[in-house]
Amino acid sequence: MSSWKTCPKPLPGDWIVISAGLLLVAMLFLTLWHGEHAAKLRIRQGNSIYATLSLDQERTLDIRGPLGNTRIVIHQGQVRFVSSPCRNQYCVHQGWLSRAGQVAICLPNQVSLELLGARKNYDSLNY
Amino acid sequence: MTRSTTKARNTVEIRTTADDHRIAKLAALAIGLHLAEAIIPSPLPGVKPGIANIVTLYVLYRFDFATAAWVSLLRVFASSLLMGNFLSPTFVLSLAGAVISLFTLAFGAKLSKRWFSPISLSILAAFAHIAGQLLVVRLWLIPHAGIAYLIPVFTAAALIFGLVNGLIAAKLLAANR
Repeated sequence: MSSWKTCPKPLPGDWIVISAGLLLVAMLFLTLWHGEHAAKLRIRQGNSIYATLSLDQERTLDIRGPLGNTRIVIHQGQVRFVSSPCRNQYCVHQGWLSRAGQVAICLPNQVSLELLGARKNYDSLNY
Repeated sequence: MTRSTTKARNTVEIRTTADDHRIAKLAALAIGLHLAEAIIPSPLPGVKPGIANIVTLYVLYRFDFATAAWVSLLRVFASSLLMGNFLSPTFVLSLAGAVISLFTLAFGAKLSKRWFSPISLSILAAFAHIAGQLLVVRLWLIPHAGIAYLIPVFTAAALIFGLVNGLIAAKLLAANR
């Protein structure tokens, strides 16, 4: 058995794989973790867009869904679910959203919030 | 009924070959590692070193792809039975990761050995593993974009653990030449 002190040497192909892996991870961080502040809020109710609003306002909205009214609040460039008639309250517990790309969904009452940046980064919200 | 047939009447005899024994031993090793790893707490569910994959890689190089596939899949099934999550989402995630990793290894094994060592295969398999799991999560468990934020963390972990496991597997293969 050879000494455990020596480390196996990566071959040229390994370095390519390692570099490609690093590049992939870096790209994923850059595309999915940019801290860009959201500019707009898109509210969906059921299958349709309920409203697309600027976050530069103080506003409280009541959105009617199948279970009742869902209340959301826009405050200082952030938005959150304040109350919802759903049972598990996941949407309310998600708290404030402020960065582009963030999403909060209340499935039982079919209301979703999606924060948009200056440009849309990925389009993957569907039911 | 003749005398010779009555002898084995009450027992079902399964004939095992040397290959079966070898697969069983290696799978047992992989299961042991898998269970040991399950005890280690993880900062984020899903981020795990996957040290059992060292065994899969070792077997792939020392024996062949079929043996590696047997060892890997037996490990997934037996570990889930031992931990009591057979057919649960955890098990499905584990199986999806293992199957896609095996596909990747099947192709990876065709790469030139002069250029690509087990390190490459380990990293590729780790990426495939997390990709398979994320696919299951996205299609079945959490069908919205909420997990997109975690993808960079998962892939970074896959790269690091894939590299470390690959180095260990390469070391083991070199040491037991």
